[in-house]
Amino acid sequence: MKEELEIIRENENIEIELFLNAIFLKFGYDFRNYGKAHIKRRIKHRQSVSGFDNISEMIHKMLYDPLFYQEILQDLSITVTEMFRDPDFYKSIRTEVVPLLKTYPFIKIWHAGCATGEEVYSMAILLKEEGLLKRSQIYATDFNQLALQRARNGIYPIERIKEFTFNYQKSGGKASFSDYYNARYESVILNESLKENIVFADHNLVTDGVFGEMNMIICRNVMIYFDKDLQNKVIKLFYESLVPGGFLCLGSKESLRFAESAPRFDTTYEKEKIYRKKFAE
Amino acid sequence: MQYKAIVIGVSAGGMNALGQIIPRLPADFPLPVIVVQHISPQSDNYMIRHFNNISKIRVKEADEKEKIKPGTVYFAPPNYHLMVENDFTFSLSVEERVNFSRPSIDVLFDTAVEAYWGSLIGIILTGANNDGSNGLKRIKECGGFTIVQNPDNSEVSAMPEAALKLVKVDKILDVDKIAGFLMKLVATDK
Repeated sequence: MKEELEIIRENENIEIELFLNAIFLKFGYDFRNYGKAHIKRRIKHRQSVSGFDNISEMIHKMLYDPLFYQEILQDLSITVTEMFRDPDFYKSIRTEVVPLLKTYPFIKIWHAGCATGEEVYSMAILLKEEGLLKRSQIYATDFNQLALQRARNGIYPIERIKEFTFNYQKSGGKASFSDYYNARYESVILNESLKENIVFADHNLVTDGVFGEMNMIICRNVMIYFDKDLQNKVIKLFYESLVPGGFLCLGSKESLRFAESAPRFDTTYEKEKIYRKKFAE
Repeated sequence: MQYKAIVIGVSAGGMNALGQIIPRLPADFPLPVIVVQHISPQSDNYMIRHFNNISKIRVKEADEKEKIKPGTVYFAPPNYHLMVENDFTFSLSVEERVNFSRPSIDVLFDTAVEAYWGSLIGIILTGANNDGSNGLKRIKECGGFTIVQNPDNSEVSAMPEAALKLVKVDKILDVDKIAGFLMKLVATDK
């Protein structure tokens, strides 16, 4: 049995390479540099949920059935997030970063890999309370069209509000969180005014390039799915997309420590996972 | 050496159970020990600091992309799944909870088996749900060594019982015997 399992493991690893190549060749999405453990778990999960005998069968189905491909894309795109996730991070933005942002006449912010948008609206609320929203332009991007559409809608299940409110209060929110939404049936709809300065757009970190000069880039819990090479490539893209002195914000368990571009960032707020592009090298 | 890593899954009652294991391991313990302890998403790293203070072996939170080294006990960070990559580094994920848990024991065990295959030792300790049973089964099937804490000796017996129901394990032990057993197992195994 052990030997049989070993053959299956070897073959599955080959099938996964083929699977990722098929996605790239057919659809142009490149998951080949994602962490293998994560990718394998997600593909095997789809295999067992949809009842396929093997991964090769899934490749065929994916090539001929666009709807199945859409499901695969959702499997490989993790959209789990929350408003004011890691409240201490938002507190640090208020106390450390906002005073510096206030010195600029106009602020450009890029939420890279924004998923369903909860953290984008969190930032919009924070900027509004700090009197910065009116002179900010927020670009919220993701490769996942379905998630992006949900982000655009700004409608979330009502059962999540308790958690969002708790986070908001812990993050140093200055108002009442209920000021920012209307509850309807099972959902809450965020205020339209929060959206005025947000542009939602399709952008793929793996294959697309620089599209503007940003004062701050937020990319949290996105690069944890990338291998080291892809992380280095994307961090370089962020470096090139920032103004000198611009801020790069990562997730609470991410770090630039192992990145090639690390020396080009100031690590004053490393504990909060906020990095600053150096003014000169 | 036959064995290359130890994975431990533990839930309710973990503080005491791990307190019977980690401080007993020597600083030069020849394997890495990787632990998923179910823990509140908001918790700080109190447990890690505590065990690092009272133990000879190094205890730390697993960092993303970190190379896994012997003589170290790694804990999964709260609110993240911890995975082992085939190149023996860690990766993290915030995807959905598995068995109502993030970190999930099954996620660690499943990915650790992929990397370490038959050279893995899997341990299920005290806990109130059935996370880890499937992962332990997989470790056993792939030729690894499996240990479950004696349910009668567990603060909460549900998790050991669930594992025993699913897996014909190699060893059932009282928690204070586990560290000693592991040292013998890896010492005789050169």
